[in-house]
Order: sequence, then C-alpha cells, then structure tokens
Amino acid sequence: MSLSPTDLPNSYIGRSVPRPNLARLTQGRGLYVSDLSLPRMVHVAFLRSPYAHAEITRIDTTAARAMPGVVRIVTGAELAEFCTPWVGVLAHLKGLKSAPQHPMAIERVRWQGEPIIAVLAASRAQAEDAAERIEIDFSELPPVVDVMAALDPSQPVIHESLGDNLAFERRLDAGEVDAAFARSDVVVEKTFTFGRHTGVTLEARSIVADWNPGEQRLTVHLGTQAPHMMQNIIALHLGLEEPQVRILCQDVGGSFGIKVHVYADDMAVAALSRMLGRPVKYVGDRLESFVADIHARDHVVHAKIGVSSDGRIQAFEIDDLTGIGPYSVYPRTSAVEANQVVNLIGGPYTCPTYRARTRVVFQNKAGMSQYRGVGHPIATSVTEGLVDLAAMRIGMDPVEIRRRNLVADDAYPCASASGLKFEALSHHASLNKLLSVMDYPALRAEQAALRARGIHRGIGFASFIEITNPGPAFYGVGGARISAQDGAAIRLDATGAVICQTSITEQGQGSGAIIAQVVATAMGVPIDKVRVILGDTDNTPYGGGTWASRGAGIGGEAAWQAGRALRDNVLKLAGTILQALPETLDIAQGSVIDAADGRERLTLAELARIAYFRPDTLPPDFQSELMATRHYVPRQYPFAFTNGIQASYLEVDTDTGFVRLLRHWVVEDCGTIINPQLVDEQIRGGVVQGLGAALFEHCQYDSQGQMINANMADYLVPMAGEMPDIEVAHVVSPTLESALGAKGAGEAGTAGAAACVSNAVNDALAPFGVEITEIPLTPELILRALGRA
Amino acid sequence: MNITLSVNGETVTADVLPRTHLVDFLREQLGLTGSHLGCEHGVCGACTVRLDGDIVRGCLVLAVQADGCVVETIEGLSDTGEIADLQAAFIARNALQCGFCTPAMLIAAQDLLRHGGVPTREEIREHLSGNYCRCTGYQAIVDAVEQTARQRHDAVESTAGTREAAR
Repeated sequence: MSLSPTDLPNSYIGRSVPRPNLARLTQGRGLYVSDLSLPRMVHVAFLRSPYAHAEITRIDTTAARAMPGVVRIVTGAELAEFCTPWVGVLAHLKGLKSAPQHPMAIERVRWQGEPIIAVLAASRAQAEDAAERIEIDFSELPPVVDVMAALDPSQPVIHESLGDNLAFERRLDAGEVDAAFARSDVVVEKTFTFGRHTGVTLEARSIVADWNPGEQRLTVHLGTQAPHMMQNIIALHLGLEEPQVRILCQDVGGSFGIKVHVYADDMAVAALSRMLGRPVKYVGDRLESFVADIHARDHVVHAKIGVSSDGRIQAFEIDDLTGIGPYSVYPRTSAVEANQVVNLIGGPYTCPTYRARTRVVFQNKAGMSQYRGVGHPIATSVTEGLVDLAAMRIGMDPVEIRRRNLVADDAYPCASASGLKFEALSHHASLNKLLSVMDYPALRAEQAALRARGIHRGIGFASFIEITNPGPAFYGVGGARISAQDGAAIRLDATGAVICQTSITEQGQGSGAIIAQVVATAMGVPIDKVRVILGDTDNTPYGGGTWASRGAGIGGEAAWQAGRALRDNVLKLAGTILQALPETLDIAQGSVIDAADGRERLTLAELARIAYFRPDTLPPDFQSELMATRHYVPRQYPFAFTNGIQASYLEVDTDTGFVRLLRHWVVEDCGTIINPQLVDEQIRGGVVQGLGAALFEHCQYDSQGQMINANMADYLVPMAGEMPDIEVAHVVSPTLESALGAKGAGEAGTAGAAACVSNAVNDALAPFGVEITEIPLTPELILRALGRA
Repeated sequence: MNITLSVNGETVTADVLPRTHLVDFLREQLGLTGSHLGCEHGVCGACTVRLDGDIVRGCLVLAVQADGCVVETIEGLSDTGEIADLQAAFIARNALQCGFCTPAMLIAAQDLLRHGGVPTREEIREHLSGNYCRCTGYQAIVDAVEQTARQRHDAVESTAGTREAAR
C-alpha cells in the first residue's frame, strides 16, 4: 500500500502552515544580495553597448582612470584572460548552434546593453561617473531585429562562423496530417503573435563575488535558483576546482526563471574579483535590467486546426518562429521554449495527428531564455485560441468542444501526439469543477443582457497541461551539469531539535516552509522544532535547486525520505534505550510513543541527551546515527504532468480599447497539496504574470535594435488596481511515483492566463467579427482590430 | 553637506553629498537596508518611507531635503509596534513571497489605514497601485490590509461601545 502522509497523525501535509521566514521580511530584516557589504569591497558599473550591432574601433580610458574613487578599469579583452568563453548548446537539442560568448564584448557588440568595460570604484556612483568619461568609438553595423527577417539571405549574419542566423530547427510529424485536414469539415488557420516580455524581478540581479587569495577560494553571494549549477560553471570558466567556489544564496528579491541563467555581467564580476583579489559588488539598476536580463516569448506561430462538424479535433499543425538574441543563453540554452511549444501544442486533447516545425533564430536583441511557464503560455494560447475559433466556426459552445476532445479522465496512462507521457490527469473533473465555481450559465445570461445594452463582456477558457518535476530529460541528457536529483540531510540535535539541509532553494515560493512541513510530518515532531537550511553549496546536499516546478515534488520527496530514514534510526535508538522492539514504537509531537496506545515513552530531547552525552549507558555494540541523508529523482516518468483549466470574465471598452478584468478562475491539479495557501498563492502570482503578458508587458524595439521602453514607467507591469480577485480550486491526482505524490504548481497560473484572456476578448468582440491573435492586447491593438484606431 | 534629522526617533547628523538620495543615505550610511531599491525612478514604490508623516519615494527625495525632518522606515515602524497587526496579517495571509516589496507595501498600506474606517477592496487596490509586487498578484495583500482595517475598526467600535456602556 502506498503511504498516505495526510493520514498520519499530526500531519502537516495539507495544512496552510505560515512560512517561518516571513516575520523578518515584514520587519525589513531580510538579507538580499543588494544589502550586502564586505570589507575592501569595490563596486562595479558596466559601460554597456549603446548599439545593437557595431564594431568597437577605439577605447580610451585615460580620463576615466583619473576620476575620484576609481580602482580599476577593465576591458573585455583584459577580462578574457580570467574567464573562458561559453557556448549555450545541449547535445539532445540536435543541431542547436551558438557562438562563444565572453563576459564582456571584445571587438564587436551584438546587442544594446552588452557589457563592454567594467569600471571598479569605491562606490557605484563613482564607478558610473567614471564610466561616463570613457571614450569609445563604434562603427555601426546593420542589426538583425525582426524575427521574420532573420533568415533572409539579404540580412547580416550575426556570427560569421555559424554561417547563418538559424540557431535551431525541429520538426515533428505524427499521424496522417494532410488526410486529417482533408476530412475536416472546418479548418481554421491563424497567425499568433507573442510579444517579448521579461521578468522584472523587483530586486534586480545582484552579485557579490569575493576571491580570497589566502584561501584560494571564491565565495559568490548570488540570488540564484541553482547554486550548484553556478558553482560548476563559475569554477569551469575561471579555471578553478569546484570546491574552490562557494555559492551563497540568502534572500532573493524575485526570480521566476530570470535568476537561473548564466549572465555575462555575473561572470564578469566573478572574474573581476579573481583579478583584483577583493570583493566586487554589482547590483543591476532597472535601466540595465531591461536590456541585460533574459527576455522571453517573442514567438510568431502560424497555426492550423481541423475539426469535424460534430466538434471532434482532427489535426493540429504549427509553424513556430522565435528570436533569441545573439547567443543561445548558457547553459540551459534558448531552444527549450521553442521545443516546449512543439511538445505541448494540443496537449490536453485526444488528437494523435499533429505536425510541427519550430525555428529559432539569432537577432541583435537581448537574450531570450526560460522564464516562468517556458513555452506553456504560447502552446496554450495557440491551442486554446484555435479550439475557440473552431468552435465559433461550427457554432458550438467553447465548453462543449472541450468536453468532446479533452482526454478522458480514465484514459491514463497515455501519451500525446508529440510523445509526452501522462501518468494521471483530470481534465474533465477540472472542467466540471470550474463550471460549478464560476456559474457559467449565469455569466452567459449576464453577458447577453449587457450586450443588448452595448456593454461587451467576454468569457474565455483555457485548458492546459504543465510540465513539472523534470528528471534529467531537460538538461542532464544534453550534457549540462545541472542536477536532476535533489537531496536532504536531516539531523536530530542534542536538544531534540531537527535541522534539515536541502538542495532546493527559496525565492519566495515557500520552499523552506514546505520542507519543514514534510520533515516535521515524516519525523513526527512539531514544526517549530524544524529548521531548514538552503542556498549554500558548502552546507547543503548536491542538487538542482528550484526551477521548472520541481522544488516540492523532488526536493520535498527527498526530505520525506530522509525524514523517514532518520525516524527509523531514532526508533532503533529508542528501542535500545527502552528495551522495546522499534516497530512497537512511533514518534508523535516530538516524543517516542507506544504505537499501540499512544502513551509517551521518551522525549526526543531525552533520547538525544542519552545519544550525545551518555552513550556509555547504551550497549557497547550500538552506535546511534542521528543524521540521515536521502536523494530523490523521478525515474518512471521523465516529467510529472499536471493539468488545469482557467477562465476569464472581462469587459472590453470598444471606444477606448481598454480591457477590464472582472473575474478569473483557476482549477488545477498538482497532485498532493503540501500547503494549500502556498499553492494557491503560486497560482495567483503565476496568473498575474500571465495577465501582464496578455495585456501590458512588451519589450518594444525599434528598427535599429534599441529597446525603446526599457524603464519601469514605459514597460507596464500589473499593478494592484487593475488586477482581479482570482478564485482557485483543485482536483487532486497524486503522482504514484513518490510517497508524497506532489507535483509542481509554480507555473500553472502563467501557463493558461493569457490564453483565456485572449479568448475572452475575442468572445466579447464576437459581435464585431473581430478575432485577435496577438498579445499584449493593448488598447491600440484592440481599436485597430475594431477599425477604430 | 551636513544634515541633521530624526530617523526612527533617533537624531542623526551626517555629511552627505548633495546628489545622495534619501533611500541611498538610509541604506548605505545608516545601514537601514529594509528600504529597497526597485527602479530608482519613482515607479515601483519599493523605497517608500515616511517623511514628516507622509509617505514619499526615497529615490525621488534627496537626503539634503530631509534635513530637519522626521523620517520613519520599516525598521522604526516595526520597533514601535505601530504596524504589528498589519505585519501579522501579512504573515497569516502569505501576503508576501520574496518580501522585497513588503516593507514599502506595509508602509503604503498603513498610510491608508491611518485614515481610519474600512476601505473597500477597490480603494485598497487603488491606494497600493504605486507599489509593484511581482510575486503575489496582490490579492493576498488586499486581503491582509482589509482584514487589518476590519480588526482596527472593530477594536475602535468595541472601545466606543465599552465607553457607552460605562456611561
């Protein structure tokens, strides 16, 4: 029988336990990298390229060097002596190519914002003052800006050594696609356009690198999701052994995928510290974050669906094109999002007939790579947009067409046309639950009544699947040294307190809290006796970290296994002390009890006292082991898929083009829920990031490759006043691969939010015969579609 | 330039450059790192502090402008217990994730709550629309502020009721 943790007495699984680190954060006692100051620390400001594509013809730092407070000025060529270049490719993404990237540009710049020169000074302000005095000449080159034009032979090739601007191409052909379209009663063909947007973490990327020549060790304080990955990469490119690099990650001011990548400026800071032999601090300012952080999306998808008149989906076909900037981002590459789009299209539906192509092209813009949801928002928007348009054409309700095509809840295990393996999903149960919480018939009635009064409201749906708990299939098989497994080491201290070191990290999602819940439950101790340590390569087991919705499912399971192992060790010791069989004992509320009647036999504090201070009272052949370590990685399925459905109710002002979000619902299935409040808040936060993409967020570039809204006043993000309340409900289908049964929940909100908003806008504008397949849905775009701009 | 001001109830005299922003002065010279920098151009609100009783953006005020003024930061508001109930509500409702916006969000929320009464959710959302939070999606924050407003309102009502009964 599989273990059911929620059935254990005193279980914290399934309870909304408050996070232990919140009090200090509310008091302003967080410790973010940007707060850090070390003895002898210098600050760095980067002179960044003002051009998208140019040769550097002259650099003169004479005047800058004479500026107050300046410690050193370093060019890209000088820094190259301290840091080898990297190439962002993975072996399993066949054909993916990229060029060697240095921490700072040498001779040629390839995007606006690329670091060129580092100015190190006593303060950041002085470093910036000096940077302004650097004389630098460029010879401008024509930039490749437009995704559609990047493959045109008349366009410049960004890296001559690569031959062209095509980084990656993948094709997939499943089933008799042409025949399926031929037998379809209706074929809908549309081009879906997704604007580039970015993460806008409220704390910009920050790093303090501290090379200690006495220890021959580099300590890097970094807000990162993957400390061991960064340890490996910094060591590799700085010519150090891995144990010479320690990554410390305390509080992180937002991440969402932004802080899981290797950035040129971060690598430069690590190398500069090595070069100078003292701590170097870099905190991105907002203006440079917009051009130095990764961007995401930027896809144009030509897509097609065929349906029969009874609403059965016959086939999907897509041709996706995406622009990734001048380099494939290291080490996770910039081809994963496109790959995911191909994998995920049509995912919720029974449709074995599918053809896809994706092309990933270089361009002279900021780098593009994995950001919350990776490919899901695109695949969901295309799939759900096509399904709704097809329903409209055949005069079928959007709910009905989904009912007829969503994979049946009893069809599992099964696989998608693209080969994704599903263990157990709950599309129909989720749809039914959604309809009951949103009261669909009443909303349709209200919509009709208001439409008669010239008020245009729309209802949109988006079913989705989400990849969580990835094993090595994402990165390890491609040769990246990014751990697929995670570990937990748990020890019982001399007072009976429990300390858990985990390799997953915390960026606000509540990793620390859920690990404490799992450990307290596995051990049978009160949760306030558990302390969790994370974010330190010196003091945690080796592991992947927190990304791709893997923390709870993989790191949580490792903590569960370690907690159960330590519990067994404790019971062995207790049996020895009490002269009882361990299997007749249990642990509850921090005490060893009789399993049969719950009678307290021995507190863990007393047990620990004996083990640590009076082992002489134990049998001579008995050695207590009050620390246990376990690791976990899913083996049966490459990913644990989750599913869900979202719905949006909104109003479009057809005079101004403004969209007002009224209600938003999410039903999702992430398996066992460890902490309901934290899951719901992950969903809500994820939804709002998706809503930002749907309505506001857009990295706008001009024809010369200049990002023209690279500041927070012009790049719009969702604010409190324009966001709706979001109702979240759950269906629970635990994965049977792990004892906990938890799958990921961090990206489900982002996966479907934009899709259901787009569908709702089209539903609202149906009387006008308007179909918009582009985001962000700005007022201008809507008015243009209405012919009113 | 020399300035003298009250920061969290303590008199501080310091030498600052004319161009130093108030938030940089607080963070770098006084070590009050609870006030954060999110955009440095007055949009995100992460640097919100109280200046002579009103909330301001610490990145849009120069330190020299605070000469002779009373400045209160999250550290001060925490120490005095003025917002202890609001902080508790934020924790109970998980109204923060990464926590980077939180000190300023609390100060902005307290600015609304100080006016008394129970604001509507729309009023709370409107008041907090100068403070950017990327993590929560805002609903939990609105819940926590709303709940604190109700608690304070009920406490005032019950005190008034007790006085009434005593008459």
